[in-house]
Amino acid sequence: MRIENLSFYYRSKPVIEGIDFEIEEGEVIGILGPNGCGKTTLLRNLNKNLNPKSGCVMLDGTDLKDMEKKEIARIISSIPQSNEIKFAFSVREIVAMGRMPFQEFLQGESKKDMEIVEDAMEKTGITHMADRYVSTMSGGERQKVIIARALAQTPKILLMDEPTLHLDISAQFDILNMVHKLSREEGLTVVIVSHDLPMAARYCDRIVMIHDHNIHAIGKTEDVLTQENMKVVFGVKADTVRDPDTGKIFVRLFDSCTSSEKRT
Amino acid sequence: MMNTGRSARIWLIVGVLILALIAVSYLELSWAPRRLTISEVWAVIVGSDITFNDVIVLKINAPRVALGFFVGGALGVAGAVMQAMFRNPMASPYILGLSSGASLGAAMAMLFTISFIPYLIAVPLLAFVFCMMTMLFVYSVARVGSETHMETLLLAGIAISALLQAVVSLLTFIAGDKIESVVFWGMGSLSGSSWNEIFTIIPIISLSFVILAAYAKDLNALMMGDVHAMDLGVDVKKVRLILLIVSSMITAAAVCFAGTIGFVGLIIPHILRILTGPDNRSLIPLSFLAGGAYLILCDYLAHVIYPSMGILPIGVITALIGAPYFVYLLRRRKTEMGW
Repeated sequence: MRIENLSFYYRSKPVIEGIDFEIEEGEVIGILGPNGCGKTTLLRNLNKNLNPKSGCVMLDGTDLKDMEKKEIARIISSIPQSNEIKFAFSVREIVAMGRMPFQEFLQGESKKDMEIVEDAMEKTGITHMADRYVSTMSGGERQKVIIARALAQTPKILLMDEPTLHLDISAQFDILNMVHKLSREEGLTVVIVSHDLPMAARYCDRIVMIHDHNIHAIGKTEDVLTQENMKVVFGVKADTVRDPDTGKIFVRLFDSCTSSEKRT
Repeated sequence: MMNTGRSARIWLIVGVLILALIAVSYLELSWAPRRLTISEVWAVIVGSDITFNDVIVLKINAPRVALGFFVGGALGVAGAVMQAMFRNPMASPYILGLSSGASLGAAMAMLFTISFIPYLIAVPLLAFVFCMMTMLFVYSVARVGSETHMETLLLAGIAISALLQAVVSLLTFIAGDKIESVVFWGMGSLSGSSWNEIFTIIPIISLSFVILAAYAKDLNALMMGDVHAMDLGVDVKKVRLILLIVSSMITAAAVCFAGTIGFVGLIIPHILRILTGPDNRSLIPLSFLAGGAYLILCDYLAHVIYPSMGILPIGVITALIGAPYFVYLLRRRKTEMGW
């Protein structure tokens, strides 16, 4: 997937401007930035939830503009930020909605659809609660149900908007471990929007850092998460250390920067 | 796809509702100062009646059964769709002020008779136009970003409803006996409608019902939130516009010759959702069946409680049952099970 010179305006005010990068197949890529920097807007442009003002998003050589929403939903699935569900749908009913992009108008779930649904629940480890009502579940459980629904779309690309928001720390690890494993084992491309530096450091192969409507830095996780970048973009004093056992980097957050420090 | 338990229960409820519909239809058809027996009613239906019971059954009672079924069904479906579309279990055509909007339109059409548009077209048409405008007003007041606020939606509905009812009252005051009374518009009635009027709204209600039922799957996705629905490939803007128009259409058809009958659209889908789950593919047809049977029952109760034909407005009964239920919902807000 290629993002070419993408701009989006909200009431003539630029939210993102001239964004240019490529998402590679099978990678876990993080789009990082502080709140309000336009990263969610960027994500929602990637599956035509929003239409760019200029520039384009190319998917396997086709502009998203020229594709039906349903067509896109067969390739790209997405986990929105809010997953509050007031109505008493069962887990299986929610996951089965993931098959909608493959059904004709008025068509119900086929046997094959339901096999895919069971498979998606299996992969996310929620088969045992298939008949429970989502409205009774915790945020972490519900997040798994939504991920299972996204997997039932048999996507090539999974978009996640702040997947760790509102979750207990242990549930955050559960969710991201699961997604990371799917990426490694099944070649799923994962795009994660977040402001959670430590989680991004742990799970992302590459990072795009958004600052002032534009890309501030892009590259391998350890190359982007520098003291300088974290200071300028997030306004925090932080550094990274390498775990001698796994070779992965950890982010250490110390303090916020004072306003004079931010300027330098 | 439903739970196995749910799908069995749905068929059970379909059976129960059909039996209930037959029972209440008989009660309503047999209503007379001296209650007719089943065999007497049957004799009229098959045409072997030799008394004058056919006047009571076919001229007085049958139109009420037909109107009750279609108006009740329409209100039930409109409520189910609005609750899903607004993700708000307390939405209904009455509470959102749409019924008042439609009745203002209908009253205006009756008052300002326009010579080149026939009455049977002008009344539902103007009811629809005003209903749609009310819907857009309430919706735009309550909408912030891509979310509609539950409280704002209800309050906007109550405010616009009060305003529209006042205008209707003003019209009836000005019009004298040229249009129906304030009581009719405020409380509704199944009596006094001609077969011409009934046969005008039946196709409108049937067509709207079919369209709304066809979009049940998209409505399911919308119940999770706009963003979720978009991610599932639903053209949210288009579907929402269709739902807004068609649910206004079905509400206007229900209101234009029967007045505003409250709380049917609130409680019918709500109780059904508890019994059979929120899947709109079953909920919408069930709401039609249950709403129809319920309204015929309420009309029958209105006779029994005050046995002087058609004096007690049907809206009194539906409000006596529905308003306490609404308060109960307000108190409860959300159970462990969810709506």
